[in-house]
Amino acid sequence: MANHTIANNVYVPFLEKKGFLSWFLTTDHKRIGILYLISISLFFVIAGIIALLMRFELMTPMSDFVSPHTYNVLFTLHGSLMVFFFIVPGLAASFGNFLIPLMIGAADVAFPKLNLASYWIYILGTIIVLYALLQPADTGWTFYTPYSATTDTDVVMITLGVFVLGFSSILTGMNFIVTIHKMRAPGMTWHRLPLFIWASYATAVLQLLATPVVGITLLMLIAERSLGVGFFDPAKGGDPVLFQNFFWFYSHPAVYIMIIPAMGVISEIIPVFARKPIFGYKAIAYSSLGIAFISFLVWAHHMFTSGISEVAATIFSFLTFLVAIPTAIKVFNWLATLYKGSIELHSAMLYALGFLFLFTIGGLTGVFLGALAADIHLHDTYFVVAHMHYVMIGGTVMGFFGALHFWYPKWFGKMFNESVAKLAWFLVFVGFNVTFFPQFFLGIQGMPRRYATYPEEFESLMSLSTYGSWILGLGILIMAVNLIKGLFSKEKAPQNPYGSLSLEWQVPSPPPTLNFEEIPHVTDWTYGYGKKKEVDE
Amino acid sequence: MTWIPEAASNLAGKVDGVILVITLISIFFFVLISAVLIFFAVKYRRRRDDEETPYITGNEPLEIIWTVIPSILLILLFVYAFVVYKDMRTPPADAVDITVTGKQWIWTFDYYNGKKTLNELYVKQNVPVRMVMRAEDVLHSFFIPQFRVKQDILPGRYTQLWFTPTKVGTYDLFCAEYCGTGHSQMLGKVVVLSPEAYDIWEKGIGVDEGTNVSSLSPAELGAKIYKEKGCNACHSIDGSVVIGPSFKGLYGRTGVLSDGSSYTADENYIRNSILEPQGQVVEGFQPVMPSFKGILSDDEITAVIAYIKTLK
Repeated sequence: MANHTIANNVYVPFLEKKGFLSWFLTTDHKRIGILYLISISLFFVIAGIIALLMRFELMTPMSDFVSPHTYNVLFTLHGSLMVFFFIVPGLAASFGNFLIPLMIGAADVAFPKLNLASYWIYILGTIIVLYALLQPADTGWTFYTPYSATTDTDVVMITLGVFVLGFSSILTGMNFIVTIHKMRAPGMTWHRLPLFIWASYATAVLQLLATPVVGITLLMLIAERSLGVGFFDPAKGGDPVLFQNFFWFYSHPAVYIMIIPAMGVISEIIPVFARKPIFGYKAIAYSSLGIAFISFLVWAHHMFTSGISEVAATIFSFLTFLVAIPTAIKVFNWLATLYKGSIELHSAMLYALGFLFLFTIGGLTGVFLGALAADIHLHDTYFVVAHMHYVMIGGTVMGFFGALHFWYPKWFGKMFNESVAKLAWFLVFVGFNVTFFPQFFLGIQGMPRRYATYPEEFESLMSLSTYGSWILGLGILIMAVNLIKGLFSKEKAPQNPYGSLSLEWQVPSPPPTLNFEEIPHVTDWTYGYGKKKEVDE
Repeated sequence: MTWIPEAASNLAGKVDGVILVITLISIFFFVLISAVLIFFAVKYRRRRDDEETPYITGNEPLEIIWTVIPSILLILLFVYAFVVYKDMRTPPADAVDITVTGKQWIWTFDYYNGKKTLNELYVKQNVPVRMVMRAEDVLHSFFIPQFRVKQDILPGRYTQLWFTPTKVGTYDLFCAEYCGTGHSQMLGKVVVLSPEAYDIWEKGIGVDEGTNVSSLSPAELGAKIYKEKGCNACHSIDGSVVIGPSFKGLYGRTGVLSDGSSYTADENYIRNSILEPQGQVVEGFQPVMPSFKGILSDDEITAVIAYIKTLK
C-alpha cells in the first residue's frame, strides 16, 4: 500500500461491490467480519434450537421426548457448536475484524490475505463437523477419556473439525497482535487506544498461546482412538486425568477469550451513552492483560474432584480467587462511569447495563465454585450449568447483542426499529433469568448435570427453567427479525448518531473500502466526553 | 422444597457454613451493585440533549478501597473454604473402609467382612467410614448430596472420600461424572442404620448372603432383587426401553439376536442372560450388561425368573 489516500474523493461504501467473487475472495476486514458474523450467528441459532429441544425433554423427569442416548448427543452438539463455532470465534472474529483497523486508524489488518484464509479454515472445520453428524458423538463437549476413547460414536471427525478450526483462531490472533502493534495511526499511542483494542489484544494473545494446546490434545485423543496409543489408558500405562489437564489448560483461557472482548464492548458503549469518560482507563486496560495472564494458571479448578492432589487443588483455588479481583475492579469502574452522566437508555446501553447486572451474578457464583469445600458439593451439578450460562449468555452474549445494536448503523449504514429492540431486550433479559436462576437452586439441591432423566423432586424447577427458555427464544427471535428487517429499510444511517469520539464513527456509515480518506492524526484519547474543570495547572 | 438438602453427615454442617457465608457476601455485593446501577440509571438519565457532564477519569482513594476490601474478603473466603476442605480430605485413623466399584451403570460395595451389595450402601450411624473407590471402565463420580461429599472414581487408581453419617435414614447416591447412556440411571441409596439395626443387617439376614428369606414368595423375592441388585437401572417393567429390553412381556418373547439367530425367552434364556450376558445380545441393543455370576445365587435367579413371569 504505497499511499493511504483514496485516488479521488468519491465515497464508495465497502458494501457496494456485488457478486459472489467479491465476497469469496475479499480481503476487506469489514467483509470478512460479516462472513464470520453470518457463520457464527447461524451456529448460535442451530445450537440454540438444540438447547430448546433439550429443555423440552427436561420438562419431565422421564425420557419421553428423546431417548437417553439422543439426549446425550444433543448436549454434546449444543456444547461443541456453541463453544467452538459461536462463542470462541465470536466477538473477536466478527467485531474484532470490523473494528480493529477502524479504531486504530488503519486501512486494514496487517495480513489481509491471511485473514481471508483464516475464515476459510473456519469453514473447512464446519464441513468436517457436519460430516461427523452422521454418527454424532455422545461424550459432552469436554470429550473426557476413557469414555471418549471407547464410545462407539464418531469422536474422531468432530475433534478433527475442532482441530482444523483452531487454526482459524491462532492465525486471527496473530494477525490482530501484529496489526495493533504495527498499524496504529500517528498519535495513536497505547494509552490513547480504545479499550476494545486492549481487550482484543489480550484475547489475541490467549488465542495464539492457548489454542495449540487443545489442538494437540485432540490429536492425542484421535491417536488414542485410531492407533490405540494409550496416553489415557491405565492398562497401557496412561492416565485418563491427563486428558483433563491438557483439555482445561486451553479451555480455561478459552473462557477468557469468550468474555474479554465482551468486556471491551461494554467499555465502548457505556461512555458513549453516558457521555462520560471511562472511569479508570488504565485499570481496565491492564486488568485485561492481567486476567489473560492469570487465566493460564487456574485450569485445575475444573478438576477439584478429579483425583488431583489436595496440595494442587489448594494452589489452584488460591489462584482462582486472585482472578476475581481485576474482574471486580472492572465492574466498579463501569458503574462509576455512570456517575453524573447524561444517560440514554438506547437498546445498546440496555444490553451493556444488562451485562453489568448478569455478569455480576455469574462472577459471584464463580466464587462458590472456586472455594474448595463448596465446590465439592456443587461440582458437576446444575449450579455449574447456571454459573457458566450467566457468564457466557449474561456476559458474552449480552456484549454481542449490545455490539450488534451499537455498531449496526456504522457497519450496515441502516437503522433498526429502536422500540422493537427494547422489547426484545426485555424478553431476553427476563427469559434468560427465568431459565437459569432456578438452576442455581437445582444444583445446591444436588441435581447432577448431563442427566437425561432425573428424580421427581426436581421437576417443578426444571419445568420453570423450560418455560424461561421459551421466553428467551422468543426475545432472540424478535431481536433477530428486527435487525434483519432493518437491513432492508430505506432509511440511511447518519455518520455518528450517538456522538462518539472513536475513530470508526468519524468515517461515513458504512465506511469506504479503505476506511479513511487520509490516515488520521490522533491527538487525544477516545473518551474525551464531558467538560474539563478549569484548573490552574 | 428446601433450599439445601438435609445435613446428614458430620461434614455437611461445615460445608453449609462455607456456602452460607459466600451466599451472604454475594447477596451484599449483588444488592449494592444493582442498587447503584439502577439508582444511577434513573438519577442521571438524560433530560436535555445538550446537558453538561463532568470530565471525571478516576478517583485514586476510591479505587484503592474497592481493590483492597474485596481482596481481603476473597482471601478470607479462600482460607475458610480451605480449612473445611482439609477436614473433608483427612479421614480419621479409626474410619472403617468400604470398597466401591463403579461400572457402567452399577455401584458395587464390598464390606470389610466379605459382604457385598449392589447399589445400596449400608453404613452405621455415627461411625466414620472411608470409601476406597475405583472404576472398572470409564470415569464415574460418587456423590451423596445429603452428606456433601463427592469424588470422581477412576480406572487404574484408587480414590477416596470419608464421612460420618449422623442421621438414620435413606439418602440419595448419584453418579456425578458423565459416563454414557445410563449415566442418569446410575442411582443408588445410602442406608444409614442405627447401631442395633446395623448389627442385624451385618449378621446377614438378607438376599445378598444367599439365604432364603422364607416369608417371601419367589416372585416377591424376585421383585426385591430386581430393585436391590440394580436390574431396574437398565430394564423397565412398563414396556419402555431404558438401556436393555423391558421385562414386561419378556417371558416367552421371541426375537432375533445380534448374530442373526433367533431366541425364545424361556427360563434357560433368562438364566444365561444373567450369568453370561455377552453370549446373547438382542438385536438393536448394546453389549453392555454385566454378568451376575457370583452375585446372584441359583435360588435368586429362580426368583427373578418367577418375578419376570408375572410381568405380562
